[in-house]
Amino acid sequence: MKKQNQKAWFFVLPVLLLVAFNALIPMMTVVNYSVQETFGNNLFFWQGLDWFENILRSERFHAALGRQFLFTGLILLIEVPLGVIVALSMPRKGFWVSICLVTMALPMLIPWNVVGAMWNIFTLPDIGLVGYFMNHVVGIDYNMTQDPFAAWVTVIVMDVWHWTSLVVLLSYAGLVSIPEAYYQAAKIDGASNWAVFRHIQLPKMKSVLTIAILLRFMDSFNIYTEPFVLTGGGPGNSTTLLSIDLVKIALGQFDLGPAAAMSLIYFAITLLVSWLFYTLMTKDNTN
Amino acid sequence: MLTWMAWTWPTALVFIGIFSAMAVLIILEIKFPGGQERRGVLGLTTTRGDRLFISLLGSSYIFLLWLGLFGTPLWWPLALSIFGSAFCFWKV
Repeated sequence: MKKQNQKAWFFVLPVLLLVAFNALIPMMTVVNYSVQETFGNNLFFWQGLDWFENILRSERFHAALGRQFLFTGLILLIEVPLGVIVALSMPRKGFWVSICLVTMALPMLIPWNVVGAMWNIFTLPDIGLVGYFMNHVVGIDYNMTQDPFAAWVTVIVMDVWHWTSLVVLLSYAGLVSIPEAYYQAAKIDGASNWAVFRHIQLPKMKSVLTIAILLRFMDSFNIYTEPFVLTGGGPGNSTTLLSIDLVKIALGQFDLGPAAAMSLIYFAITLLVSWLFYTLMTKDNTN
Repeated sequence: MLTWMAWTWPTALVFIGIFSAMAVLIILEIKFPGGQERRGVLGLTTTRGDRLFISLLGSSYIFLLWLGLFGTPLWWPLALSIFGSAFCFWKV
């Protein structure tokens, strides 16, 4: 029998260590916290599953979870079709390609807290460009610091501005990989633009779109910095998404136990949705 | 050294359980390579590792749902989880 070379394991080792220290060990600690109560000083008291029960039945958690799903659903509904449309209308060759690509990539290069601060100043009712324009030129009563609806619109527009590019770039990569022969064949058959999109472009983009949607789902479901800097979760609790609420419980109130239980439930939801989506999208490929 | 991780015996046992299950999977994979891939009742192509993942995730949801809806004690969800995991390894 030929002896197998096992050296490859050594190359995986650094990644394994990294994952252990930045994911696995903190995660285990969170699990430990979730069944205990602490008042600091590294003293812990056994609490059992009380925190889980409290969180699962708390109205506050249900409300934050509802807002989180609404937010993620809305931005996916906007960003994915918009990203595909923009990618379809971008040039495939020539001088403009690199200009389009760089322009598209720009919003993603800006740090999240800067995006939040930018949009905060941009949309403040009296001094911000958008805020002033809406209130004094268009004449719409727009105040994202007081009106929950305006706050929601602002948070969503900000996310669309920041992250649609990701969908665009991934879809564009999928589109570029389609050989010219497919389009020629479609032209000979007299296929309409819609038919070309539906039967050539969309199937070819399926795998990159799956990745794009997964990334956008996970990122938006765990979003913290941008809405926190923009609205601080307000007005009231109207834009307090799950992670903002979690940080309030963990660091604001220093309730590590309930916060740990909440993060585990949060994690379970993210894991299930991502797994379900990925499994359903790749089901046909494996068979 | 590990005091900051605030270990308790029950949580340690959970992790020992999960890591032992993974160790068993590794041993099985060395003895019978290929992951015992098959297409199950859900129409999914799964390996042993997938089935363990589905069992663990499913069990955590069974416990969370029970805890949210009925509270403690958790003997029923335990039975359901064992049954669910057995079904998962048998058919899915």
